[in-house]
Amino acid sequence: MAKLRQCAIYGKGGIGKSTTTQNLVAALAEAGKKVMIVGCDPKADSTRLILHAKMQNTVMQLAADAGSVEDLELEDVLQVGFKGVKCAESGGPEPGVGCAGRGVITAINFLEEEGAYEEDLDFVFYDVLGDVVCGGFAMPIREGKAQEIYIVVSGEMMAMYAANNISKGIVKYANSGGVRLAGLICNSRNTDREDELIEALAAKIGTQMIHFVPRHNVVQHAEIRRMTVIEYDPTHGQADQYRELARKIVENKKFIIPNPLEMEELEELLMEFGIMEVEDEKIVGKTAAELAA
Amino acid sequence: MQTVEDTKTCFPLFNEPEYQDLLAKKRELWEEMPSKDKVAETFAWTTTLEYQDLNFKREALTINPAKVCQPLGGALCGMGFEKTMVYIHGSQGCVAYFRTYFNRHFKEPIAYIADSMTEDAAVFGGQKNVHEGLQNATKLYGAKMIAVCTTCIAEVIGDDLGAFIGNARKEGYVDKDFPIPYANTPSFVGSHITGWDNMFEGIVSYFTAGVDEATGQATTKVPATPGSNGKINIVPGFETYLGNYRVIKRYMREMGVGYSFLCDPEEVLDTPANGEYEMYAGGTTIEEVVDAPNAITTFMLQPTSLEKSRKFVEGTWSHEVPKINIPMGVEWTDEFLMKVSEVTGKPIPESLLKERGRLVDMMTDSHAWLHGKKMAVFGDPDFLLGLVKVMLELGIEPTHILCNNSNKRWEKRMKALLESSPYGVHGKVYAGYDLWHMRSLCFTDKPDFIVGSTYGKTIQRDTLHKGPEFEVPLIRIGFPIFDRHHLHRMTTLGYEGGMYLVTTLTNAVLEQLDEKTKFMADTDYNFDIVR
Repeated sequence: MAKLRQCAIYGKGGIGKSTTTQNLVAALAEAGKKVMIVGCDPKADSTRLILHAKMQNTVMQLAADAGSVEDLELEDVLQVGFKGVKCAESGGPEPGVGCAGRGVITAINFLEEEGAYEEDLDFVFYDVLGDVVCGGFAMPIREGKAQEIYIVVSGEMMAMYAANNISKGIVKYANSGGVRLAGLICNSRNTDREDELIEALAAKIGTQMIHFVPRHNVVQHAEIRRMTVIEYDPTHGQADQYRELARKIVENKKFIIPNPLEMEELEELLMEFGIMEVEDEKIVGKTAAELAA
Repeated sequence: MQTVEDTKTCFPLFNEPEYQDLLAKKRELWEEMPSKDKVAETFAWTTTLEYQDLNFKREALTINPAKVCQPLGGALCGMGFEKTMVYIHGSQGCVAYFRTYFNRHFKEPIAYIADSMTEDAAVFGGQKNVHEGLQNATKLYGAKMIAVCTTCIAEVIGDDLGAFIGNARKEGYVDKDFPIPYANTPSFVGSHITGWDNMFEGIVSYFTAGVDEATGQATTKVPATPGSNGKINIVPGFETYLGNYRVIKRYMREMGVGYSFLCDPEEVLDTPANGEYEMYAGGTTIEEVVDAPNAITTFMLQPTSLEKSRKFVEGTWSHEVPKINIPMGVEWTDEFLMKVSEVTGKPIPESLLKERGRLVDMMTDSHAWLHGKKMAVFGDPDFLLGLVKVMLELGIEPTHILCNNSNKRWEKRMKALLESSPYGVHGKVYAGYDLWHMRSLCFTDKPDFIVGSTYGKTIQRDTLHKGPEFEVPLIRIGFPIFDRHHLHRMTTLGYEGGMYLVTTLTNAVLEQLDEKTKFMADTDYNFDIVR
């Protein structure tokens, strides 16, 4: 059995983490890899495209129904979707109550204790909610869990801010353990010179843009049908893009401790690419009337 | 009135008129207490079958739990190792509670330290606390090892203990090689026995776990050959009867079997008063832990409560952990000793056969008084299995067997055990229930006695309140025992433990009989000199 590789996918909310992860996983599965996805997001939509349905039996939902997570069995929470991809969702509380971060910890502990990782697997992917807002959402990158982190990013300012912030988070864990940044996945938003910009950002952080995934409507068409592109239209060029991403990840050897940018550095980069206006210091704090005078 | 010449303690003092008047006025003026009739009516209702049905439908509330939380177990495990300071990452109130809990049971000072997380630590994560705490602790307490576990606050915010300790080494807060094993022990999962299991796994894996470079599989840190040191390992689990450590050691000595007790707090929990305070005493040495994978095998004395430890020992040390029961009573002690004899090749000596014979003799002597007595029991899972086994061997009928911190495997084993004996037919198993459930059961299906920790005494009081004929007296066997002294030094394991149990159970029955027959010219026709 080849060594199990555990990867965590982070990135700004709404950037397309779950869609990219599932298309990537579908491509890996198509290539014969045995993969498990662990959704670490209370919204529990990390496995929808693989299962063709939103997963109902999340670990936390079942635990709430059963009274305690101790009453659950592994088969209750693991579902098998497209090409044998194993799916689990941590789930979590309703918005505004409880602690979703603790839910992630509980769910991953449960999967580990019940031996979900002991089965014959090549890859585990953790699809983690938006920013790493608290310790719970860093659970997937603790010692002995995911060693590779991929950040999904686009050429938009806030996505890049988030990627840089996530890199800062990774440094903390990388210094004490084996977790490494393995690359940026650019999920294109069709902004100007997007590929160059992300390449430049990756270079400054010390990593690579592992793949540039172009934007295409077919992704949405597949998504409406709750499918990955790989499954919906395997002959489409977009499917090849995900296959290419999968191949690069399989062959990836560049695992680094990131060197996150200072805020000024990042802003300089953004200005260089024209994403951010050069600031005019003279107008700061001036009202309209003052400026008119 | 309190006077120097006649100083009264709480009980008689507050019964004097001045205090009684004061308390009556307080009730009348401030407490808005319902009428006596209403209180009596409600009390009577709580003793009914109707109330019991409602009581057993309770979902979100535990009343009078018969268990404690994980870090308490983790802490007991940690203090069983030589010169080991237990360090708890979390709130100081929790840790004060653990110290107090063991103070009250063992009547010994308990040295645990906390890194006292406060609101800022809850927001920013507790890394700073761990760094400064470890720095102080390694300098102040002369420890050889610091065993770290956690309370709820650190667990809820997802503090990564492994990373924090790693960073503390990297940033120079503690020496690179200073042993700091750790375990995550969230209080809201499992119980003290889970915490013990987690901490044990944390400690032994710290010293012995490695990864095979070639295969990526778990193996020992340094190559080990099971059997090469000729000893056996003994893992006690959450064990609070100090005699149990002593009796197992004695048996091994008498058999001539080399052993390592992995976790041995027997000395530190029983230090002599000689004018010197000993923060550490005895305990399993680091050398013994490092050498443990080379033992013939590892005996788990509480097999249903040490799941994680067993997996580790089997997976990493490649030991075949013997499938035994907790060595309580005749048959299961036989089983344990025969297994030890089998794996070590050492015969069971005459001295142990004699001890066994003495226990059997005691059992036959007392049998007439114990036969058919109905007893409700509560406590930890393996202890309950052992106690019920002893009861069945004695002809006692266990009725309500209640375990607050059990699992399904335990439930199955307990049911199978009850089915193995005609005395078990009336036994009902309550897994995951609390002492308020037990209270209901003691009213609606009255046993002759209830056996368990100090917390059973309110059930005795409540049943007596209904009327003398309803009283269910408590026999104190288990943990914690706060209201009787020195019982923690007794023994429940082995033939010797069987002797203590027979003695305690029999004399409780006889004392109860004296209680009922001591009334002159009424029941004293049976107030006998000879029992």
